[in-house]
Amino acid sequence: MLQAGEWAYSEKLKEHFMNPKNILQGENTDDFDGVGMEGNLQCGDQMMVVIKVDKAKEIITDCQWKTYGCASAIASTSVLSEMVKGMTLDDAFHISPKEVALELGGLPDHKIHCSVLGDKALRAAINNYYTRNGQEDKVKQEQAKVICQCMNITDHDIEDAVLEGARTYFELQERTKCGTVCGQCKEESEALLEKYKHIHFGA
Amino acid sequence: MADMKVYFDHNATTPLHPEVKKEMIAGMEMFGNPSSMHAYGREARANIEDARRKVADFIGAKENEIIFVGSGSEANNTVLSLFVCSSSQCIPGSRRGTIITTKIEHPCVLETSECLAHQGVRVKYLNVDRYGKIDLDQLAGMLGDDVGLVSVMMANNEIGTLQDIDAITKMVHESGAYMHTDAVQAVGKVPVDVRKLGVDFLTISAHKIYGPKGVGALFVKQGIPYCPLIRGGHQERGRRAGTENTLGILGMGRAVEMRMIEMPEEEERLLLLKQALRKGIEESIDDIYFNGHPTDALASTLNVSFTGVEGEAILLYLDLEGIAVSTGSACASGSLDPSHVLLATGVDAELAHGSIRFSMGRETSMQEVEYLLNVLPPIIKRIRNMSTAYIKGGLHATSR
Repeated sequence: MLQAGEWAYSEKLKEHFMNPKNILQGENTDDFDGVGMEGNLQCGDQMMVVIKVDKAKEIITDCQWKTYGCASAIASTSVLSEMVKGMTLDDAFHISPKEVALELGGLPDHKIHCSVLGDKALRAAINNYYTRNGQEDKVKQEQAKVICQCMNITDHDIEDAVLEGARTYFELQERTKCGTVCGQCKEESEALLEKYKHIHFGA
Repeated sequence: MADMKVYFDHNATTPLHPEVKKEMIAGMEMFGNPSSMHAYGREARANIEDARRKVADFIGAKENEIIFVGSGSEANNTVLSLFVCSSSQCIPGSRRGTIITTKIEHPCVLETSECLAHQGVRVKYLNVDRYGKIDLDQLAGMLGDDVGLVSVMMANNEIGTLQDIDAITKMVHESGAYMHTDAVQAVGKVPVDVRKLGVDFLTISAHKIYGPKGVGALFVKQGIPYCPLIRGGHQERGRRAGTENTLGILGMGRAVEMRMIEMPEEEERLLLLKQALRKGIEESIDDIYFNGHPTDALASTLNVSFTGVEGEAILLYLDLEGIAVSTGSACASGSLDPSHVLLATGVDAELAHGSIRFSMGRETSMQEVEYLLNVLPPIIKRIRNMSTAYIKGGLHATSR
């Protein structure tokens, strides 16, 4: 007979969950150069990332955070805060959820969506830094593009659906109602579905 | 590693009672097919019928009203599925095509109901109040000559709230419909007598009462129309095909027998533990809410919501301390929605994500409750310290 198995998580994730790094203590964020927050409590995940920046070099010198969420949310914000220290703002801006998951030694599929908010909150913090420092021109908005005109479904909606478990066009339609009226966006939606499956799950 | 191992998840499943284990070990080599006429078969048959007598006695039924099945879920599926059978012998399905159930049932009832709705059955769902009690006035308004079956769970698995099944059954019968109750969490914890309740169908599961997994029983009142879910054999008098799970049934019989002995004095003890747990949490942790009915509920079940904390994180930190609980959080279940039961009672989604169910059993001790009360407050404090919900603006941040 087998003994109790390990958690559904990697050892590295477990370590970051048990001993999270760089938690923002207290409420005060005045000492930080950029503040970003994503998610909401109703959905069960919310993350806040604050950064200190070496302004001459545009390098992140410190990154702290708070997270409301499950073990993978806590661990992914913790590991992200370690990853970005010493990174240029530009490099940090382009960290993907997949890189965070890799750094954690992988995440179960149904937990990927818990970990995507950390990098979003980080980008929000970087944009916040640019705005505060009169560099609005550098602010990169994550502009959503409407794919399904009938149901007003954007590429972000499709990405979210993939993160939440949609793997086939049918499942995508079930979740988003994308392409359920005229159906003209089918090809583009399917291409995006494949793209996001590849980005997030390497499928 | 944790120095103590404490099991606070008895509503999920229970350990085998030592007496059940003994009985099953003794019966392990009994392999005969109960349908066979030779000695091997007769031995198995005798033991199955003995268990049937015990189960029937335990709930005040006749032996021929007990059908052994593979699980509580199977029993519930069987009862609800009576309604799509178009055979002329299945009276309920043919004339009265509406089913009434509640929003807080086990998924095996809710998902079967949804499936039936796709097949043309009308399904109506009763609301519950903040304590998880159904509204009898709403039921009265829904009942009519189109309603064939009403299915209301006796004790809720997540919050422990008990429904007034006898009063509900009276109303249902007056309208001419049949009454089913999923009593999986009630049988063996509170007295259940099918005659007093008056129900037509009642579901029991063995593994919730210190019996083995993979066996349950469905009570079907004599004379009530019935149609098997699993066909193709004469077992259980043609009502449930498949060679009987002799060993499981043997264990179930012993489990109910032990419940008969132990249950009467257990409730008071569990109530004291629950009060101590409730009081201890109240005194040591701020910003909490208790879910479920304050008095009309299982003595073994306490469900608490902790603001600003996600349930899976609590569950896993408790696991590291050797304590087993369950949560209504979406994250732990693999779905995206938190507990449908808590949402139905009007609990805010955030609070539902932060809910923990403590369910105690026959071996739970005051020492274990005290250990839990020592371990829990620092865990909640620790998670809150890293939670956005405890900073300014945390509640009103941008939505995803």
